[in-house]
Amino acid sequence: MDFNHNEDRRMLENTLSRYVREQYDFETRMEIAGTDLGYSAQKWAEMAELGIIGALFREEDGGFGGHGFDLMVVFEQLGRGIVVEPFLSSAILAGGLIAELGNETQKAMIDDVIAGGKLLAFAHGEPTSRYTLSDVTTTATKSGDGWVLNGHKSVVAGGDNADSFIISARVSGDRMDETGIALFIIDAGTDGVERRQYGTVDGYGAADVFLRDVTVKADALLGEDGGAFAAIEKATARAVLALSAEALGAMEVVKDMTLEYLRTRNQFGVPIGRFQALQHRMADLLMEVEQARSIVINAAGALDGDRLAREKAVSAAKNLIGRVGRLVAEEAIQMHGGIGMTWEFSMPHYAKRIIMLDHMFGDTDHHMERFIALSSAA
Amino acid sequence: MDLNYSEEEYAFEAKVKQFLGDKLPKRLSDKVKGNIRLTKADMEEWHSILNAEGWLATHWPAIYGGTGWTPVQMHIFEEACSAANAPRTVPFGLGMLGPVLIKYGTEEQKEHYLPRILDGTDWWCQGYSEPGSGSDLASLKTRAVREGDHYVVNGQKTWTTLGQYADWIFCLVRTDTECKPQEGISFLLIDMNTPGIEVRPIITLDGEHEVNEVFFDNVKVPVANLVGEENKGWTYAKYLLTYERTNIAGVGASLNGLEHLKVIAREQQKDGKPLIEDPYFARRMAEVEIDLDAMKTTNLRVLAAVQGGGAPGAESSMLKIKGTVIRQELNDLTRRALGPYAMPYVHEALDEGYNEPPIGPEYANPVSSDYFNNRKLSIFGGSNEIQRNIISKMILGL
Repeated sequence: MDFNHNEDRRMLENTLSRYVREQYDFETRMEIAGTDLGYSAQKWAEMAELGIIGALFREEDGGFGGHGFDLMVVFEQLGRGIVVEPFLSSAILAGGLIAELGNETQKAMIDDVIAGGKLLAFAHGEPTSRYTLSDVTTTATKSGDGWVLNGHKSVVAGGDNADSFIISARVSGDRMDETGIALFIIDAGTDGVERRQYGTVDGYGAADVFLRDVTVKADALLGEDGGAFAAIEKATARAVLALSAEALGAMEVVKDMTLEYLRTRNQFGVPIGRFQALQHRMADLLMEVEQARSIVINAAGALDGDRLAREKAVSAAKNLIGRVGRLVAEEAIQMHGGIGMTWEFSMPHYAKRIIMLDHMFGDTDHHMERFIALSSAA
Repeated sequence: MDLNYSEEEYAFEAKVKQFLGDKLPKRLSDKVKGNIRLTKADMEEWHSILNAEGWLATHWPAIYGGTGWTPVQMHIFEEACSAANAPRTVPFGLGMLGPVLIKYGTEEQKEHYLPRILDGTDWWCQGYSEPGSGSDLASLKTRAVREGDHYVVNGQKTWTTLGQYADWIFCLVRTDTECKPQEGISFLLIDMNTPGIEVRPIITLDGEHEVNEVFFDNVKVPVANLVGEENKGWTYAKYLLTYERTNIAGVGASLNGLEHLKVIAREQQKDGKPLIEDPYFARRMAEVEIDLDAMKTTNLRVLAAVQGGGAPGAESSMLKIKGTVIRQELNDLTRRALGPYAMPYVHEALDEGYNEPPIGPEYANPVSSDYFNNRKLSIFGGSNEIQRNIISKMILGL
């Protein structure tokens, strides 16, 4: 047994950690998040150059990583910097789906994604689907040798700047059926595709995407007509691991800042860390963050295994991360007092990200329910 | 034991509801309901409507222009106002300074300041916290040195809510440095237009400007603006804080929040069914509802114990802790209920006159920023940690 990352991953971790520390400090991050574009094309290119995007893809797909622990290493560091660039949407979700299902022509796109030249987003969730992956009402109807799509995709991460979307649509079956879902690669400029771009409360970019009689050729289809669910579930599992690792990185920062505050903030003539009531709460944070790290390790280890073990492990991770995340974010603000409520200070922005991660790809309750269902299926 | 209101109290409740139906402008209740920012003019408008009815100063005795209501009447009023989405009254003059002046002010001070609070001439803000004095309020350092018929004030206050609108600030200042911290504090009334005062905004984590820093650089304050005796300010400060804590329980706000949550949970879907039917979510909602049911009665029990006026003692700490935890839990559930639509945020959409269509459900935009903003509830007015210290010391004798 060895809980150390291998040498390649340690190098990857050092590279990204140094980049975030030196080139992506809090002031820089806030400046980037505050621009109309919502991300920095320059930072994105620099991180692509460092191989950070490539680390999220397998060798056979043109990358040099792509395994659970690669995702963990990268996203933990991205979380430590609350980095807003679209790693999740472009590389993990859309890029991952193309790697999983794409034909040779489609896979050629991955090189552009890894180089940072092309931005993709996965448009899957809908206004009434909440977190249920099979709940798809967007339709794709055959027309000649192509397809016509209609529907509304909501809160598409990275959808604000994506050059192309991977869009899920129902080709057959009922609203909740796992079968009958297909994926299409559609250029953002296609007639009938309209997007409403916006920022999220924690400073990231997203969009709602409206499809009105969007006509595409047969070659837009990604994977099998109607058989995309398994790949969607797998891409989502990778996203859940990535987001869990991101939350872990953010929680580590928040925990360290809170500890530092307890050591240096004086009230009643002593550092507030001398009060036992706060010591015990800080000890709880430490324990819970360690537990969070363990559950992320479990999920990273199970990511490339069989479906049931993988899905149980990622649901366990997202549930625990959701619970610990809320505790860490709220306790950090509370123990900081007023200063923990200010825009100027970095910690609250980490806290916002940690809380909002619970709203992506299934919250605490969703993954608890899923964990129970998967456990009884075993 | 009788858990019902008396006949007179029911009649009073009907009268309050009638008044709200007739006089609360729909423009204001729509703003409150939609979480649109209230302007200074909005708040002043509501104050003046209440004042015309004689219902503005619910905590003051009738001889000073207050309502002279019993605690139960105040509670009925607060609950009805919340249910009708009336703006909350601005507490600094009415709920904080007013009671202090009534108890400790001179006749001249009462005659001068109290009517001006009622008619809206003076907007007050609170000068308590300092950068180095949060929970440990008595360690405050803003210094007032007497020179003839003036004090000269130097120092800094922080977290001054709505200080950007204020005409006056009531301040705790240090007038004696040679004694125990609590014994050298005085309570001063300071005109915000005095030379040497500077107000700087603090932007909170939700991007809003509610609070400020206030700097004092050789600010001259007439000795006549001292409340009570020099160096006795701590007594008045603590008296004021119990009022601040009574108002902070926010039962009415929680009842409103619960109703709003239920509307959202009925409308949001999970697997094609209303979220309110989901057992996981229903359980979370029921827990808060049960806590709130108990809280309503706890609140009334504390109020009943102080019938005849005044403010509750250390029991108000209990109301503050439980009240704020329930409100925060409701904020948390409302955010959860929205699912992914808790994430989009358009800051400008909180302004009056924003005309773009909403992103997602029309109620979604302010929900997450409210959740973050209301983390303040367990911090201000004496943090919930300080309230626990008070309960330990004053009620438990530990």
